[in-house]
Formats: sequence, C-alpha cells, structure tokens
Amino acid sequence: MIKVEHLKKTFGENVVLEDINLEVKRSEVVVVIGPSGAGKSTFLRCINLLDSITSGHVYIEGVDLAGRKTNINKIREEVGMVFQHFNLFPHMTVLENIMLAPVKVRRISKEEAHERAIKLLQKVGLEEKASAYPDSLSGGQKQRIAIARALAMEPKIMLFDEPTSALDPEMVGEVLDVMKQLAKDGMTMVIVTHEMGFAREVGDRVLFMDGGYIVEQNKPNELFENPQEERTKAFLSKIL
Amino acid sequence: MAFEFLKEYMPFFLSGTLLTIGFSFAGILFGTLIGLGIALGKMMKNTALAAPFIGYIAFFRGTPLYVQILIVHFGVVPFILGQSNGIVAGIIALSLNEAAYIAEVFRAGIQSIERGQMEAARSLGMTHRQAMRYIILPQAVKRILPPLGNEFISLIKDSSLVSTIAAPELTYWAQAMGAQYSIVWTPYLTISLIYLVLTLSMSFLVHQLERRMAVK
Repeated sequence: MIKVEHLKKTFGENVVLEDINLEVKRSEVVVVIGPSGAGKSTFLRCINLLDSITSGHVYIEGVDLAGRKTNINKIREEVGMVFQHFNLFPHMTVLENIMLAPVKVRRISKEEAHERAIKLLQKVGLEEKASAYPDSLSGGQKQRIAIARALAMEPKIMLFDEPTSALDPEMVGEVLDVMKQLAKDGMTMVIVTHEMGFAREVGDRVLFMDGGYIVEQNKPNELFENPQEERTKAFLSKIL
Repeated sequence: MAFEFLKEYMPFFLSGTLLTIGFSFAGILFGTLIGLGIALGKMMKNTALAAPFIGYIAFFRGTPLYVQILIVHFGVVPFILGQSNGIVAGIIALSLNEAAYIAEVFRAGIQSIERGQMEAARSLGMTHRQAMRYIILPQAVKRILPPLGNEFISLIKDSSLVSTIAAPELTYWAQAMGAQYSIVWTPYLTISLIYLVLTLSMSFLVHQLERRMAVK
C-alpha cells in the first residue's frame, strides 16, 4: 500500500530524514514514536507530499510520488490526513467542512455528500454539531470533525500527525476511541503519537525514529518490553 | 451673494458629485479585480514570473498619482484612442494606482491565514486554485475589509486629482466657480462637505459589511 525507499529530506543545510525505508500493508496500523526533532512529522508529510521529497521514493499503491507524471492531487484524494492543530475551516459549519472536498474534488452530488457527512458525524458521535462553527467546539470535538472530514473523501490510507498532542488530557480518549474504531474497520493508518498506551493497544507495528532514521521497528509488545537498540531503550526509559 | 453663486453652480456640483462617485466606483471595482490578480502574481514561487508584479507595485506606489494621471492622460489614452479623454484617463489611472495598494492589502491578508488551512485543503485533494477560492480568500477577505475600506476612502479623495485633466468632477467645478467669481471659501467648503458625506458613507458601508461578516 505504502512503500518508502531511501527517502531523504533536507531543509537547506538541515538534514531531517537521512534514509527511511518502510513498507505498510493494507489494513496495517503503523505507529511512529520518537523524540521531537526525530523527523516523524516530516516523514508523515512526505507520504502525501505536503513536504517535498529531496531524494528517494515514496510509492502509494505502486504510484511513485516523485514521478513526473504523477498527479499529486489524485493521490491525496486517497490519503487522508489529520493534523495536530485540526485545521478545520473556521468560516464554514461542521457540515460544510465535511462536504466541501467530496463535492468539489470527488464531484459527488450535494445530496450524497450530505448523507455521507451525516453518517460520519454519527460515527464520531457529533451529529448534533452539524450546523455549528468550529470555534464553538472543544478540541476533542474539533479533532473528531477533522477525522470525519478526512474520511468523507473515502481515503484508502489515513495519516495522523500527533492528533492528540494539542488536546486537554480529558479529551484525548474520545479522539483515540474514534481512531481505534477506524483501525478495527480495517483502515490503513500511519500515526505519529506520544500516546504509548494507544500505540500498544492499536498498533500492528511500532517504529522508533531518531535522527532521521527508523532506529527500530517491531510489534508493540516486543518493542516496548524488549527494545534492542540503546537509543530506543534510552527513549523508552524516559517516557514509560 | 455667495448663496446666489452656489445656486447657479448647484447642478454642476450635482453632476460633479455623480462623476466623483463614478470614478470612485470604477476605481474600486477595477482596482480590486486587478489588485487581486497582482497579489496572486506577486506571491508566485517562481521569482521570474513574480517579478513583473513586484515591479508593478513598486512603480505605482513609488511614483506620484498625479504624475501617473498625466502619463495616462497625455500618453496612454491618446496612444490607444487616438485622442485624449479625461474620464477614460481618470478611470484608468485611478484603477491602476488603486490596484497596487489593494494588491498589498490582499497579499497581507492572504499571508495572514495560517499555513495549516492551505495544507488541510491540499491534503483533501484540492488544487491550489480550489484551496485559494474556497478556503483562503473567503477568510482573507474578512480580515482585509478594514484596510480595504481605508483604501476605498483614499480613492474617493484622490479622485479629486483628475480635475487637472479636465474631467468635470467635483473639484473641477469648485475650481471653475472660484475662478469665475474670484471666491475661495464657498466652493471649496461646499465640496469639502460633499467629500465628507461620501467618505463617511463609505466608511459606514464598510463597517456594516464588517459586522455582517463577523456574525458568520
């Protein structure tokens, strides 16, 4: 589903990703952990080209993102993204937020988009907020709407960039619950997070990133119980 | 005495006011449209493509409006139409000048929108154009309404400069009246009052618009 080969990313002199290699299978949930500055977010943003690739390749269902003829907008239709700061559109209602891209990008009818949006709002437990504006919502509600907005495009892959880092602690659970359900439904997901409990429970695989490399990857229990690399051990001992 | 003169000139002041409103309206309309285009042009990543737009803004903001009016009136319009025309020249000069200022207002407004808005839109598969149209510009317009209102008010006042190319707007008729009867206070205070009514109306209008948009 996702294949990353020798991905390198630099911002000017600053090398953020040195050499990333990864393959993510359909319905797999991959959780990325690591210290800040490890390149986790940049890595995620290279998967839908919000950050450009300096060298190497990222393939989504076999299509090379760096390919000259690749239409990145088409790829992004299939790759949803959820941001740390939600990035809801403040001038639109919740319903308009969710319906916009399906109508303008997927070109489905407004009726169909409306129906889809209502279903998604039910799924994230916020159907009563359909006509509210984002400013009137709590952080947890905003993030659930942002997830619904991404899902409205019916993507094949979902990327989560620290989706609970900007939330008050008591709101983390409601967002994680939605993500757990999504994982159960078989969505392919790549999640950057600091929620180790969640990583353990939902992740099929956990990657530990540091210094622009994937230092270690394993099944959650293996990685948390029995880390092989010194840097992983040092990181885990600090946060667990 | 002065009242007699004023009565005589009333019809001219009336038509002059209409023309001043016309100049302002045309300047606002074309200035905003061209200004938006210039702003988007200036923000292009490719510096070679953005250069003409940067140059445009530098020229029209860096030279006196009066000089621009003279160039358009005695140079550009005769070149295009084969003869001079004060009204056409006035509209062109005011619009082009206004566009440079409005472009900077638009640019500041667009760049004040958080980067995450564009990223969210693009991550949903929208093109840059769609993201601009549906996400960035609607938010930017709301933010730039107050500075835009200031530009519109400046434009109303600046339109008095086209009196020098014999476009028969307000100031033109005040000068005519003053010259005919060798008086100063009556004509100029009269048109000052009329300009004041126009600018205050504009500021009221913009304020209403701001309030309506703030509700959303």
